[in-house]
Formats: sequence, C-alpha cells, structure tokens
Amino acid sequence: MTSEKFKIVIVGSGPGGLSAAARAAEHGISHLLLEAAPQLANTIHHFQKGKSVMAEPSVLPLRSSISFGAGIREHILNTWHNELGGLGVNFRVSSAVTAITGEAGAFEITLASGVSVSAEFVVLAIGVQGNIRKLAVPGEDLPGVQYHLDDPEAFRDETIVVVGGGDAGVENALALSAQNRVILINRQEEFSNCKEANFDQLMAAISQGKIETRVSTLTERIEASNTGNFKLSYLAQTPEGHEQIECHRVIARLGAKPPRQLVESFGVAFPNGDSTSVPQLTEQYESNLPGLYIVGALAGYPLIKQAMNQGYEVIEYILGNPVEPADEALLKQKFAGVPDIHSVSEGIALLRINQPLLAPLTTLQLREFMLDSSVRIPSRGEIIFSRNDYSNSFFSILEGRVAVQTEDQNGNEAVFALGAGNFFGEMGLLSGRRRSGTVVASENCILVETPRRSMLKLLYSAAGVQRKLDEVSLKRAVSGCLDTSLPESELSYLVQGAQPRRYAVGDVLFSEGDKADGLYMIRRGSVTVSRIVAGKEVVLAYVSAGNYVGEMALMSSQPRSATVRAASPTEVVLLESVRVAEVLGRNTSMRRKVDSRYLEQVRSDEHALSSESSELINFLMGQGVGEATDVLLIDYARCIRCNNCETSCADAHDGTSRLDREAGSTFAQIHVPTSCRHCEHPHCMKDCPPDAIHRSVNGEVFISDNCIGCGNCQTNCPYGVIQMAVKQDYQKRSIWQVMLGLNPAAKPAAADAPELPKIAVKCDMCKDIIGGPVCVRACPTGAAFRVSPENFMEYVK
Amino acid sequence: MNKMQGATLLKYKNFRYLKATSALILVAITAYALINPAGGESYGGTWLGYTLGTLSTLIMLLLMWYGVTKRRITGAPDRRDARRQSAPAGQERRKPHTKSRGMNGATLQEWLSAHVYLGASLVVLVTLHTGFHFGLNVHTLAYALMLLVITSGLYGLSVYLNYPRLITLNMGEETLEDLMLKINELDELARTRALGLPDEINSLIAKVRNETRIGGTLLQQLSGKQYNCPTSFGVEQLRILSEKYNRGEQPKIMRDLYSLLLRKEKLVLRARTEVMLKARMECWLYLHAPLGIALLAALTAHIVSIFFYW
Ligand SMILES: Cc1cc2nc3c(=O)[nH]c(=O)nc-3n(C[C@H](O)[C@H](O)[C@H](O)COP(=O)(O)OP(=O)(O)OC[C@H]3O[C@@H](n4cnc5c(N)ncnc54)[C@H](O)[C@@H]3O)c2cc1C
Ligand code: HEM
Ligand code: SF4
Ligand code: SF4
Repeated sequence: MTSEKFKIVIVGSGPGGLSAAARAAEHGISHLLLEAAPQLANTIHHFQKGKSVMAEPSVLPLRSSISFGAGIREHILNTWHNELGGLGVNFRVSSAVTAITGEAGAFEITLASGVSVSAEFVVLAIGVQGNIRKLAVPGEDLPGVQYHLDDPEAFRDETIVVVGGGDAGVENALALSAQNRVILINRQEEFSNCKEANFDQLMAAISQGKIETRVSTLTERIEASNTGNFKLSYLAQTPEGHEQIECHRVIARLGAKPPRQLVESFGVAFPNGDSTSVPQLTEQYESNLPGLYIVGALAGYPLIKQAMNQGYEVIEYILGNPVEPADEALLKQKFAGVPDIHSVSEGIALLRINQPLLAPLTTLQLREFMLDSSVRIPSRGEIIFSRNDYSNSFFSILEGRVAVQTEDQNGNEAVFALGAGNFFGEMGLLSGRRRSGTVVASENCILVETPRRSMLKLLYSAAGVQRKLDEVSLKRAVSGCLDTSLPESELSYLVQGAQPRRYAVGDVLFSEGDKADGLYMIRRGSVTVSRIVAGKEVVLAYVSAGNYVGEMALMSSQPRSATVRAASPTEVVLLESVRVAEVLGRNTSMRRKVDSRYLEQVRSDEHALSSESSELINFLMGQGVGEATDVLLIDYARCIRCNNCETSCADAHDGTSRLDREAGSTFAQIHVPTSCRHCEHPHCMKDCPPDAIHRSVNGEVFISDNCIGCGNCQTNCPYGVIQMAVKQDYQKRSIWQVMLGLNPAAKPAAADAPELPKIAVKCDMCKDIIGGPVCVRACPTGAAFRVSPENFMEYVK
Repeated sequence: MNKMQGATLLKYKNFRYLKATSALILVAITAYALINPAGGESYGGTWLGYTLGTLSTLIMLLLMWYGVTKRRITGAPDRRDARRQSAPAGQERRKPHTKSRGMNGATLQEWLSAHVYLGASLVVLVTLHTGFHFGLNVHTLAYALMLLVITSGLYGLSVYLNYPRLITLNMGEETLEDLMLKINELDELARTRALGLPDEINSLIAKVRNETRIGGTLLQQLSGKQYNCPTSFGVEQLRILSEKYNRGEQPKIMRDLYSLLLRKEKLVLRARTEVMLKARMECWLYLHAPLGIALLAALTAHIVSIFFYW
C-alpha cells in the first residue's frame, strides 16, 4: 500500500502547529496537520471556560498567518477556526501520531489507527501537555466518559464517578460535589498523593457526606446503561468484591504521560535525563534528525505567541526563505549600548568568544539566552549586588573586570578580581540563599545578567555548561566555606575526587557511630544535626547551604558523634577525609579556622536542646520551615484569634488575604498558618510560562503583573498558599470611614462587563509597604512573628 | 518555655510604657502634693488642674485612636518605589533594614502596650484632676464612665493574657466546625444504632440529638454550660435503662449507645469550652468600645459646660 505523500506534515495543532499549517496553506504547499484530540488546539480547548488568555511577552511582536491577541478562550478558538477555513488548511483530527521513521525527503508517519502518511519534512509541535492517560478498560471512550473537567458548574444533579486520588481528581470531586452526587475512586488505600489543603477539604467533605469514596478500588469496565436516566454503568473491583454504580458520567483524572518518551522514539535526542531538558535545535528549529523540526512548548518556548511565531518561521526556513526571527528587533535592542557591536549576530559571536561557559550552546540557545538576559554596562565602582542580597541572577563578564569581596565562615575577608570570560553569582543561583559576597564593577565593564529560570533551563539543556560551571564554582565554594586564603593548588587538590551527592527530605547523610568518610559541604538545601540523648533524638543544630558538617569526626579521628539528616532537598559535595587531612596539615590558617569551628560546635552542643524543643523543631521541619527563608508563625498562647492579621493583609492586598490564620498545624502552642514560606528554591517558580514569579533583593517571592493565570504555581506549591483571584478595583477605607464605621460605596458592576481575568496571588511579605509585613504589625498582642531558619534555632532554644 | 514566645503586652520593649507612665504618675503626684492647697476648693480650676485635665483628655483621645489604628495599620505604600513589581532582577530597589519609621511602621502591639498603661494611669491623673470632688453632675458622670471603661479594659487584658493558651489546649488542631461535624456524625450513628430498640430509647436519643445546645444564649455561652444538659442526662439515663433492656442483642447495643453518647458528651464539653473562652474573650469589647464613645461624649459635655457656665 503506498501512503499519501505531502511536502510537510505538521504534528500537533496547538498554536505552534496551527500557525505552521496556516503559513504552509498560505504558500499553497502540500501539507497535512495531524491532531490527536477530536478537536484542534486541544491544550487551549481545555483551558477553563471563559478564561482570559493573555498575550505575553507583551514586547514580542506576533508574526503569523493567523491572528492572536489577549482575549477570551472561546473568541480565540473561534477566530482561529474561521481563519483556518479561509486559508484552506488541510487537517485531520483524532489522528494521534505513534511513530515517525525514515529520513529527510521520505519520512513515514504512522497514526494510532495504523494508517501512515509520508512527508519530505516533519514539524513536531505536540507541546508538553503529554498524552492523557486513559482508563484502559473496555468502555473507556463511551460518551459520558471524560478525561477533563473544564467547567464543574456545567453539571447539576448528576451522579458522577470521579476516578483518581491525586490532586486533579480530588479537586474535581470537590468542585462537583456542590451540585452532584460524587463517588471518588482511588486505586490506593489512602489519599496520600494529594496536597494537604486538598486532603483536608476532602476529609471534611467526606465527613459531611458530600463525597462518597471507594479506596483500593480498580476500574473493571464501563458499559452503556439504560437504568432510569443513568447513561452509564461503572463496574469496579473493590476490597469487598465487585460493585456496579449506575451513573451519568465518569471523569477520570489519571495524569498525563510526558511526551518525551514518544519524541525520543522518533530518534530525537535530549541532552540529559532531567525532566526539564529540551531537545537541542539549530537556529532554524531543526533537530538532530535532518528534516525534522520542533517548535512551540516542546522546543522550550512555553507561551502561545512564541509558538505561533515559530510555526510561521519554521515553514519559511523549510522553504529556504531567509526570515529575520520575530525577536530580532528585541535582541538588537539588548546589544544597543555595547560598543562596536552593530548586529545581533556580532553580539552573539562576542558572547560565544568571550564566555567559554556558553561555548557548547547552539546559536538558537544563545539567542534565547540573550532574549531573557540583559546587558549591563555599570560605571566604575558601581555595586552589582551586595553580600546578603537575595537576588539570584547569574552574571557573565563580557569585557572588563569586577572585584569580588567575600567573607569565609570566620568573617575573614578576601577580595579577588574576575576578568572577561568569567562568571559570578552562581552560588546564590545554586543555593537559593543570600549572596555570599559583594561584587563591584571595575573599569570598562560589560556584563550579561541572566535570570534564574533561564540559567537553570540552560544547565539542564546543555550538559557541557553544567560541567564547566561546576569545575569553577566548586573551588570557589570550598574556598568560601573553609578558608579564603587557601592557594589555588590546594583547592584543586581538595576538589579532585570530590563526590556530589543528593538527598531527599529526611534522608540521613551519616549516622552517629559511623566511620568518618569525609567533610560534607552543603551546596543546596539544609540539614539538622542530632544526637540520641537518654534514648531520645535531640536536635543540636540546623546547618544551611554554604556551610559544612562532618568536621568533628575528622578533627578527633573518632566515629561520627551525631546524625545528620536533610531538612530540605539537599545537595552536598563530599570531600575525601585523606585529602582534607593532608591539606589541613599543610595549612595552619585553615587548621586554625576549622579548629575554632570545631570548638564552637563542641561548646554549643553542651547546651543541648531539651527533647521538647527537638520535637518542636521536627514539627517545624515537617511544615516546610527547613526550606523556608522567611515564614509566619503564630504563638497560640498569645493569639486572641481576632484575625486582624488576615483582615489587614486583605486590606493591604486588594481585598484578598494571602494568609489563612486558622488553617495549618499547631504544635506546643506554635501555629504555622497557611501562608508563603518564601522557599529557598520556590516550587511555584518551576513551571511558570511567562516567568512571572521572582525573588526580590530582600528575599520576598512575589508574582508580577505578567501572570497569565494558568494555575501551574498553585498546583506546584506544596503548602497550598497560592490562590487564583480576580483582579479587582479595591478601595481602602478613608480615616473618616474608619472612625464612623462606614464602608466605601461599592461600584455597581456594568451588566455587560466581561468576566475579569483571574490571576495568581500570594504573600509578597508586604515588600512595597513601609514598615514591612502587615500581618505582624497588625497583631495586637505580638503573637504573629516571622522567622528564617538561620535564626529560628535561636528562638527555639 | 522558649524564646518563640517573645515579649508580652506588659513586658513590651522591656516595660517601656510601664516606665513612661510610672514617671508621669510620679510627677503628677509630686506636683499635687507640693501644690496642694489646704482648703478643699474645686481643683480643676487651678493651673495644675488644667494641666492634668488637658493631659488626660489628650491621653483619652490617643486611647480612642487605638481603634482607628487597629483598622489602618496597613500603612502607606512605599512611594520611593514608583516601579512596583516586575523590575528586572538585580535592578530592584533595596529596602533599608530599619524596622519602623514613624507611625507607618509601628506595630499594633506597641500601640496596645501603651494603651494599657496610659489607660490605667488615667485613674490617678484624672482623680487628681478632680481634686476628690464628686457630685451628681455631668463631670462625675464622665469620671464614672471612665472608670467603667478602665475596668472593662483590665478585664480584657486579663483574658487576653490567659485565655489563648487555654483555647489551644482545649482544641488542639481542631476547629469548632470539626467538632460539630463529629458531633453530628455521632448523633447519626446513635440514631441508626438505636433503631432496633424500643421507643423509650429512641426518644431519649432523639432528645439528646435535638435538644443539646452548643452556644445558645449569651449567658449559656459565657458560662459554657447548658442547664440540665440533655447529653449528660442521656448518658445518665442509658446507664439506668441498661438494666431494663438486657435481652438478646440489647445489652450490646446499649453498650454501643452508651459509648457513643459518652464520646459525644466529651465533644460537647470541648465545644462549649471553646465557645465559652471565645465569648469571654470577646464580650467585654462590646462594653469597652461603646463606653469609650460614651465617655468621649460625656467628656465633651464636661469641657463645654466648664467653659460656658463656670
Ligand atoms: C492552564 C493553562 C493556561 C495557559 N494560559 C496561557 C495564556 O494565557 N497565554 C499564553 O501565552 N500561554 C498560556 N499557556 C501556555 C500555552 O498553552 C502553551 O504555550 C501553548 O499551548 C503551546 O503551544 P504548542 O503548540 O507548543 O503546544 P500545545 O498547545 O500543547 O499543542 C499540542 C497539540 O498537539 C497534540 N498532540 C499531542 N501529542 C500528539 C500526537 N502524538 N499526535 C498528534 N497530536 C498530538 C495535542 O493534542 C495538542 O493539541 C497556558 C497553559 C496552561 C496549561
Ligand atoms: C479611658 C480609657 C480607655 C479608653 C477610652 C479606651 C478605648 C479603647 C478603644 C476605642 C479600643 C478599640 C476597640 C476596638 O476597636 O476593637 C480599645 C481596645 C482595648 N483596650 Fe481600651 N480604652 C481605655 C482604657 C483601657 C485600659 C485601662 C485597658 C487595660 C488595662 C484597656 C485595654 C484594651 C484592650 C486589651 C483593648 C483591645 C485591643 C484589641 O482587641 O485590639 N483599655 N480601648
Ligand atoms: S508559594 Fe509555595 S512554593 Fe512558592 S515560595 Fe511560597 S511556599 Fe514556597
Ligand atoms: S492578629 Fe495576632 S492575635 Fe489576631 S488572629 Fe492574627 S495572630 Fe492571632
């Protein structure tokens, strides 16, 4: 059987694929657009009904044969539909691609149905949403069986079976339970996979009888039914035997299979195993397979406008038309102030030559790197960042020099100069903690400043960069941690054979009584040091990134005298005992420093904590305080439960309180309310398409105005502190209104006003308010206070 | 005890406001003792009287202003930062690390600590101002109102200092809502469990379910009790009735019911304690603040009458 032939086959009809197909149609080239779902633009289709879609980054111009601007989901989908029809785009829905074989000029694309088509070129635009896991039982595709819930309000008075005990399933069940009978099916025995906030709500709903559950239950099959007005019979195997539930609807939320495996099966290479890494592409979006191009979210560009621009450009590239990428003008601006650089390609070339770290990058990656970064030309003596700042960007030195002033653990200062080709700021980036030194610009300095997210993406996507960065930064870390006066040769000697290790929360680095295997330098995260006293584990110390543990056994050549455990996800470098001992022997200054640390440690261990405060510490660690940089605690022995903290927070933040005083856990009169911990490595930042979540110089993690309301951060925050709230016009009460007990007159909402967009909101530690966090200041009894882990051991003692 | 529990209201900033008000009182008493004329004239008219009166009035205004501050602690946005948010990393403004700047930075705890001491000092200052002259007039009315406000304030202070700890001890991590849910659950369990038993038991269980009140009238809330509590009554009755119903399955069911009601009784007790503690912690403010306003009115009348009719 000879298969149909096309010049270009485009796989995936998201913004990227649609835009590519539209451009191909406009050129009149033979093309085919394949979409797995029953409708085009599946990802957008599944946005919440009425969601206002935003057109970030706002500075980026749109170049596509179809239009796009900020607007309501429905409107955007309709417009695309009409425009595609107008252009005569050739598409097929319900056509999932399962295999791609062959080579440029003769690709063979196989669909799930077994049919295959052939193409000279393939454009892969399948996004990162992945393939939704289906129930994999007979009846999984019956009408009424669905794998999404776009609008819980759309169903009323139905009996609905929700399958899946993760967050998505639980959230859906909760949302539906207001107006329906809901039965939640969980394969596991407990709902331990979901976030605490969801879990609590679920338990409340169960005890109120709003949701029924079946646990340890496996779906067997689903059949069409005609009992009464029920349309489906759901059959399952429960611990008590088989059960049949007559229902109107089955909603299964079983997660999605990330597309990586599929893409790799096509032969596309990823630079490393990290889940965030993206395939390496040429400037023309061509992958390691000649003729196969990748655009959109899968290529690492998580926004609609970017995907659409690339869809357009990729067709032009395939046709051999030189086009200036849509972001050319933006890049040009970036280099505007740099002397002797007149074009973007000159700028990129300079970057490649003057920053060896970036050498392994492709031009496309370098362009993206520059797009996110900014060029800074500081004047002589200007401070780039100061010691103890919380900023986390990364700096490359293109030209000139900077002076770095650091202090080691014992407060000894050291100053060194860095010239072109070097970088700095990597410690803050890796540790998520305060800057360990101050950097001042010397003469003729040109720097490139790159935000945290772009740098992390780069580390994960280009293996060479990580290795190069590690070589240099490890020595710096050792010097900062142990002794800034150690000569380079000793540093290199120490670092040889150093082993990187990673630990999850609660993992043991070493135990009391173990033989000493070396010095543990903490690069990221934090640990607790504890000892068994009178049969009880007693916490002695909390040690954070940038410090070391394990010196006691080395100094005394005895077995380990304490147990060290990771208090948050932790990365350490283990320096070999032998080498440490040798270097100590040769360097009296280092010996003195380590000695004094040791004595100090012995002294402070004498003031061992009571086991009661140890329990308090363990409780707080369990509440995420170990990875916090600043957390709100309430002394319940003093809290008069007036909620003035919440009321004032709402007043300071457009009417929505960012803390929930009553929720959260309590131990020994210390209450941890639901409020942001300002994590060292904020989980919320992980997956924010417009990179809208930042950390300010003072450490506050905040969400900026370019939030697109996708809700990823809400899902990713393990402490449930992010809410989606409507941007409203909030009016504060005037002094007179307060004195007379009046409220501002509410503005009547216009009847035809469009639904206001919802955006993510969270605690910003009142960073824009004089006097600092209102929750603390508003507490009449001083019960509310904020601590950071560095000083909370002090508090607990 | 650990350092997490920072300074209390009274100890705030190492008794800063206790020291300040003590000094104030000391000066006032000394002045009074030195200048006290032997005769028993109306004292407000002397220069010391005017000084004390003016000072006390100002203090009262400051005390009343606490209510406004409590609702406006938010303070002003940091105007030196015109570019709110989304400034590129590294180019952001750096906040000076000073804790408080003027009123905008003060904490409500500081206000309340001052409030408490200054409020109490009025007893001395104003009494001296009266020169111990009392009568049936607007002046003494103002004085009496002031004493009432102060008394209620003292009560409030004592509950604020003591009750929060009791609330946590009683409730742990649970909320009143949680307890109510559990109570409802137990009611439901008891109802279904009793179905097979004679009417006498069923109506007893129904009585326990329908007539047990948590909260209720203000007095019930404040006392944390319900007169003849149906749940306790039910527990008692079940114990007596269990001798009567002793055939077949009955003893087992009676035992189950008994333990269900016992559990409910405990929960009810905790819920009532919660309501009681909260009510006692809140009720006084409903006197304190309105009386404060009444005091302000009487004070105005007092001042006006003095200037017009003296
Ligand atoms: C809730 C949410 C809100 C968002 N809001 C915004 C916003 O307001 N503004 C914004 O700019 N961005 C937003 N985004 C990001 C935006 O959705 C993505 O950047 C964009 O959809 C990426 O486009 P794409 O074409 O690369 O991939 P996608 O849009 O994900 O499209 C991929 C398509 O490929 C199909 N497909 C997958 N596998 C196969 C296969 N094997 N065979 C055939 N077809 C396949 C899929 O069904 C899908 O239709 C949001 C994302 C989410 C999750
Ligand atoms: C003439 C004297 C006083 C006046 C006019 C006065 C006035 C007020 C006012 C207006 C409030 C605000 C109530 C609210 O808005 O919720 C208040 C609160 C309070 N006052 Fe007084 N007061 C006086 C004396 C005292 C004294 C002597 C004490 C204690 C010793 C005291 C303790 C308190 C306390 C504890 C609060 C509650 C704080 C809170 O819940 O936020 N007051 N007072
Ligand atoms: S929002 Fe959540 S994940 Fe983000 S910093 Fe705060 S606590 Fe951490
Ligand atoms: S303001 Fe203070 S006393 Fe009031 S609820 Fe909050 S923490 Fe408790």
